[in-house]
Amino acid sequence: MFRNQYDSDVTVWSPQGRLHQVEYAIAAVKLGTATVGLKNNDYAVLVALCKPPSELSASQRKIIAIDEHLGISIAGITADARVLSKYLRSECLSYKHSYGSTYPVPRLITTLGNKMQTTTQRYDRRPYGVGLLLAGYDEKGPHIYKVEPSANYFNCKAMTIGSRSQSARTYLERHLATFNTCTKDDIICHGIHAIRSTLPNDELSKDDGASQLMITVAIVGKDQPFKVLTDEENLFYLDMAKKRGATMLSKSGRNDDDDDTPPPIAEDKPEPAGPRDPQVAVATMERP
Amino acid sequence: MNALGVEQFPDYKVPGVQHVDFSPYESNGGSIVAIAGEDFVVIAADTRLSSGYSIHSRDQSKLFKLSPHTVLGSTGCWCDTLSLTGLMKVRMQMYEHTHMKTMTTDAVAQMLSIVMYNRRFFPYYVSNILAGLDKDGKGVVYSYDPIGHCERATYRAGGTAGSLLQPVLDNQIGYKNQNLAADQLPPLTKDRAVSVASDTFISAAERDIYTGDSVLINIITKDGIEQKTLQLRKD
Amino acid sequence: MMNNAFAQPMWLNGPAPGQFYNFMGGNTQAELPRELTTAGPFGTKHSTAAITTGSSVVGIRYAGGVLVAADTLVSYGSLARYQNIDRVFKINDKILLGGSGDFADIQSIKRSIDQKMIEDQCCNDGVVMKPKSLASWLTRVLYNRRSRMNPLYIDVVVAGVDEAGVPFLGNVDLRGRAYDDYVVATGFGRHLALPLVRERKPKDRDFTFEEASNLIRECMKVLYYRDTRSIPQYTVGICSASDCSVKGPFKVEENWTFAETVEGY
Repeated sequence: MFRNQYDSDVTVWSPQGRLHQVEYAIAAVKLGTATVGLKNNDYAVLVALCKPPSELSASQRKIIAIDEHLGISIAGITADARVLSKYLRSECLSYKHSYGSTYPVPRLITTLGNKMQTTTQRYDRRPYGVGLLLAGYDEKGPHIYKVEPSANYFNCKAMTIGSRSQSARTYLERHLATFNTCTKDDIICHGIHAIRSTLPNDELSKDDGASQLMITVAIVGKDQPFKVLTDEENLFYLDMAKKRGATMLSKSGRNDDDDDTPPPIAEDKPEPAGPRDPQVAVATMERP
Repeated sequence: MNALGVEQFPDYKVPGVQHVDFSPYESNGGSIVAIAGEDFVVIAADTRLSSGYSIHSRDQSKLFKLSPHTVLGSTGCWCDTLSLTGLMKVRMQMYEHTHMKTMTTDAVAQMLSIVMYNRRFFPYYVSNILAGLDKDGKGVVYSYDPIGHCERATYRAGGTAGSLLQPVLDNQIGYKNQNLAADQLPPLTKDRAVSVASDTFISAAERDIYTGDSVLINIITKDGIEQKTLQLRKD
Repeated sequence: MMNNAFAQPMWLNGPAPGQFYNFMGGNTQAELPRELTTAGPFGTKHSTAAITTGSSVVGIRYAGGVLVAADTLVSYGSLARYQNIDRVFKINDKILLGGSGDFADIQSIKRSIDQKMIEDQCCNDGVVMKPKSLASWLTRVLYNRRSRMNPLYIDVVVAGVDEAGVPFLGNVDLRGRAYDDYVVATGFGRHLALPLVRERKPKDRDFTFEEASNLIRECMKVLYYRDTRSIPQYTVGICSASDCSVKGPFKVEENWTFAETVEGY
């Protein structure tokens, strides 16, 4: 994307009806490492790739617990995510303090969307440069939400954001029909397979042992408070995914092709690659 | 207005003017006993919630699990207990999120003292006893006064029958004034701690009308919290 | 909240005509809620007594639901002032609220609750408030008011079922003291109805609906005979997984023939 005369601040429209600053923020999400969220009937799972930025440093925290029923995984500017997670945590805590129960997930997303929207309409603010995948569980079951810097949020069956997420998206689409009824182990394995497909081929070929794949996995669901899996559990599931990989992948065939742009998975809105017109539609959960 | 003389409305009591004082406090009764051992701690509280001669509930737990190895027993003004424990739970979740670990019993003890002292001039009217395992896995008991004075102990009784129960514990657990040398003190076992705690409540229920109905006993060890119930007299 | 975004008028914080400029950080004096301001010109202070009052509320939990009953009287001192007022309210499809104490305060808190129910509906996500949440919220509101020494003079019964159909019956008083049990009562019901219900409680199981409704009928009768601030007419709220409604008004079956036999007074 080139600098042009209509991107001086977020309150300036381009003649094509675009907000360039907001689109730049969305581009920041694509710089972050990939993360995947998916759910079955009882559980929502987040899987994130956490590559250390250099050999000397530890990797960034990709998954942040918000409350016992809710957590987010992030792609983009981590510092912005910290501000948002702080906001979500304090909302959840004060809700729990006054009502003695957990914050209904769709309502929390609505308040988050409202907070983020103000940054897209004021000259003295910049949009949050981070995309969120939010996994939560409430009385209506598990939820996966995607939140963009544009303050759009989408209620998803499965979703992925971050760099090279297109391949993971392809994987998720291929297996979408099976997610609802599969087991807890299966859904985690699907998540791991999806995130594996975002790795470049050369890194993937190195990936002979489970230790090569640096991932964080978190799960939340029925009788399962939000939990980031330990290293041992990660290895266990990586192993399981590897064993199942042969059967799962042979059914569909691997597809790493990034140019491939199949229809997306979001229930509500397509997300075409690259810059696009700002979306005004807001996805709300339809009543069951 | 001044012409009407209404600004001189008297501060003192005037005959014929009805005035009802509101007291923000009320005693809802209840007793707690906690006994710490080498690798365990026992905390027990009765389940009667009353005010005056009315019993509101015969089945109200006064033990609040704050973490897998810390339990707070709180009695006194029940609305203050609810507020205080609610606030403690919020603060503990905040700690857990910022530090990525659960608060130790000693940290909880310190925080409880500060939270209570924050209301120095409008205190939480509660008698708190905190029981748990410290970072070395040793049983500890902390007791508090309503404004946050905190004291570490190995056994303690609190609540409406606290003054009845503490001397029993001094005798049975502390072996006070029995002229025993330090090496002669019999070691405290879990079973004995539970049975002494149970016995003190049975005695308290005889003499204290605010203690009765049943006792909830929590036994905290490194393997988790074991819960027991014991029925008391219900009159 | 976001007002600081807009440019301030030139003469904000300036002196009123004929007065001096206030250099002490502008007129940021916090506007206290009216109930917090102390003694007014007529010596008015925080409300210190209930004026129009409702008497007992009795609630009983049975297997699968709850019953809440209250007579329809709102007294003004010893005067039986309003005789046809429901004191048991349906809050939503899961919650009943029975109110005793100052009726103005009950109406005030009821308005706030109704507003919350409307906010629930506005979310349009099918999530409704549960009785346990409402009771918890009430403890926070009432505790805050008592901590400001300006309590709402009410004693309420919150009853209902949660999303799994499990019944809940609780009580919150003017200080924010809260508990839940299989039977709760306020006012004189605490002395007259509670022992009556506890006596009949089977040790090993919950009440059945028949047992609970018979007990409610009997409690309301006893309360009418013995509580001077009551009338022989009451409403009963029923809440279970399938139904939430306030039934009535019902009449107490009074029988005063024994009065002739009373001697020695």
